[in-house]
Amino acid sequence: MSDTSTTQKSETQKFVDIRHAQKSYGELEVLKDISLTVDRGEIVAIIGPSGSGKSTLLRAINDLDPLTGGEVWLDGVQINKDLPHRQYEKHINEMRQQVGMVFQHFNLFPHLSVRENVTMAPKLLKGISDAEANALAEQQLTHVGMLERIDYYPSQLSGGQKQRVAIARALAMNPKLMLFDEATSALDPELVEEVNLVMKRLAEEHMTMIIVTHEMDFAASVCDRVIFMDKGVVVEEGPPSVVFKNPTQERTKEFLRKHLSQYAESAK
Amino acid sequence: MGLDFSVVPGYLDTILLGVIWTIAITVAAAVVSFFGGILFAVIALYAPWFIRLPVRFFAWLFMGTPLLLQLFLIYFGLVELGIDLPAFVAGVIGLGLHFAVYNSELIQTAILAVDKGQMEAARTLGCSRGQALRKVVIPQAVRDVIPPIGNNMIALLKDSALVSVIGVSELTLSAQLAIGRTYRPFEFYAVAAVLYYIVNLGMEAVLRRIERKTALSR
Amino acid sequence: MDFELILKVYPYFLEAAVVTVELSVLTIILGLICGALGTAARLSRFRVLRFLGAAYVSVFRGTPALIQLFLLYFGGPQIGIQLDAFEAGVIGLGLNIGAYMTETMRGAIIAIDHGQAEAARTLGLSKAQAFRKVTLPQALRLMIRPLGVNINAQIKGTALVAAISVVELTYTAQRYIGSTYKPFEMFFLAGILYIILITITGKGVAYLDRKVRLP
Repeated sequence: MSDTSTTQKSETQKFVDIRHAQKSYGELEVLKDISLTVDRGEIVAIIGPSGSGKSTLLRAINDLDPLTGGEVWLDGVQINKDLPHRQYEKHINEMRQQVGMVFQHFNLFPHLSVRENVTMAPKLLKGISDAEANALAEQQLTHVGMLERIDYYPSQLSGGQKQRVAIARALAMNPKLMLFDEATSALDPELVEEVNLVMKRLAEEHMTMIIVTHEMDFAASVCDRVIFMDKGVVVEEGPPSVVFKNPTQERTKEFLRKHLSQYAESAK
Repeated sequence: MGLDFSVVPGYLDTILLGVIWTIAITVAAAVVSFFGGILFAVIALYAPWFIRLPVRFFAWLFMGTPLLLQLFLIYFGLVELGIDLPAFVAGVIGLGLHFAVYNSELIQTAILAVDKGQMEAARTLGCSRGQALRKVVIPQAVRDVIPPIGNNMIALLKDSALVSVIGVSELTLSAQLAIGRTYRPFEFYAVAAVLYYIVNLGMEAVLRRIERKTALSR
Repeated sequence: MDFELILKVYPYFLEAAVVTVELSVLTIILGLICGALGTAARLSRFRVLRFLGAAYVSVFRGTPALIQLFLLYFGGPQIGIQLDAFEAGVIGLGLNIGAYMTETMRGAIIAIDHGQAEAARTLGLSKAQAFRKVTLPQALRLMIRPLGVNINAQIKGTALVAAISVVELTYTAQRYIGSTYKPFEMFFLAGILYIILITITGKGVAYLDRKVRLP
């Protein structure tokens, strides 16, 4: 790691530490002074209406959408945007190797087989042999129940299968943190469960996870903490039992009312 | 030898006349290629085989050969057949036919893409097939292909330089005329290039306006 | 059709077709190189390079290829560029088709969903690695067909060098039209040879496209 890592490495269990995050696109301020920490092994759900800034916050954690103000620390190391271009590239690539990310639209590489999707980054960045890479692919794909599709191409898979491969691809880099950006939003309803199951299994294995979602049931059953965001601020946070059952803020109540009634209607 | 642009102003009227002829031949050939394109498309799709096949063969020949070769064919071929046309007319026919073939390909695809239901709806109203084509299908198809036809017209402007070889005194030939007197090829070809570039910009602007207008009328 | 005449002159047309093939191959290779450089410039993070790339494309696509050719061949000596007609043809037409190929290549690259590079970056790949391993392989597949259109146009485009007296197919046809007064026969002879070249190339492009197509 780089030499910025001198501070408070052992201070806490804290893995993600976001301090005064601020992000604006011109006049539009999408994140307004957000501070947030996530402990090692903790599973946090971020919920909120669209445009609340939840995806932007998630994407700031590995600097995909760089903040315009504030700091992001991962495992005691600050993401340093002020480095010269080359050094920044090296620094951010090292940081990102610790953080797996799963996207709404999978973003599997269509020109690579399932196996190659999983092994490409480890082979390139960790210099592992073909044999090791194959073993890794088999192990990770077994984990998500996709071993029998190892030599398929992404276009030959269903949405749920694609997302499971995308999770295996991220896990193959052995990340310490997994980010899920609406991982099930683009899926047909009947395919959501298979992806949720994989995420639940990861939770049981104590992976540190931050999950942007609008599936309240899933958030309630898996997460240690729920964060409700609206208009670029954290409105309310706490254990799911509190946030979902007894929210204190009016905005949270309104959001949940809408969302839960929608849910109730679709469940009929 | 060096460059000396001071010779240019003396030939400005020759050159500007060349610009006018370039615009004239481009517009004339564009009109020929547009209506010719529609005609070829309809023939290729709907005419009886003894008309369709020769037209298809002609299109195949024109798509596969260089414009310059076609211009030589038309210019000398007409002479051979005893038809003596001014160079300008031969140029318009050559450029117009060449691009009509390319436009026709676009229009055929567009006609086939216009919903079959459109034709059926027109027929149920009592239109004949010809009327339905003329009033319903073709207008829609043509509107759909205005942007790519516009691109063909931009290409036509630049290819119009080729008619200089059969003696149409447009911009390129005007430049050559001035060069013949002054032995200053770089200066005059550079001036011609700048003028083509300007006409090209103007034409792109006009086409964008047309595109916007037709897009609005959907 | 005067078939006797065709049989008499066709060997000269075949010889000329060899020159047309040479011109086509060389201009297309030069065009691909210019296209790759132009694309790199247009997508560069340096503003100066982006401007130069855009200027190259705009100038060469905004003016007739014939004028570019004349400027290089006839005007070149005035600025110290001495080329024979064949060399001027290769360089002039190569630069010209390169501008069109720049647009084709750039179009294919920017058509690749940005999420692809993003996903590669989140795995820790550098910008260059993400481009090389993820964006480029997909873009290359996407550009085969449109580059095939450029190549088809360029084979016919080599005819322009007839205007600077390079003895290729169109020049040969023109010369024999002048000496035999048989324009239809000469057009037919040269035309068939062009169509053969274009058909073979088209089949090659289609084969390549099929071969690298993803399931």
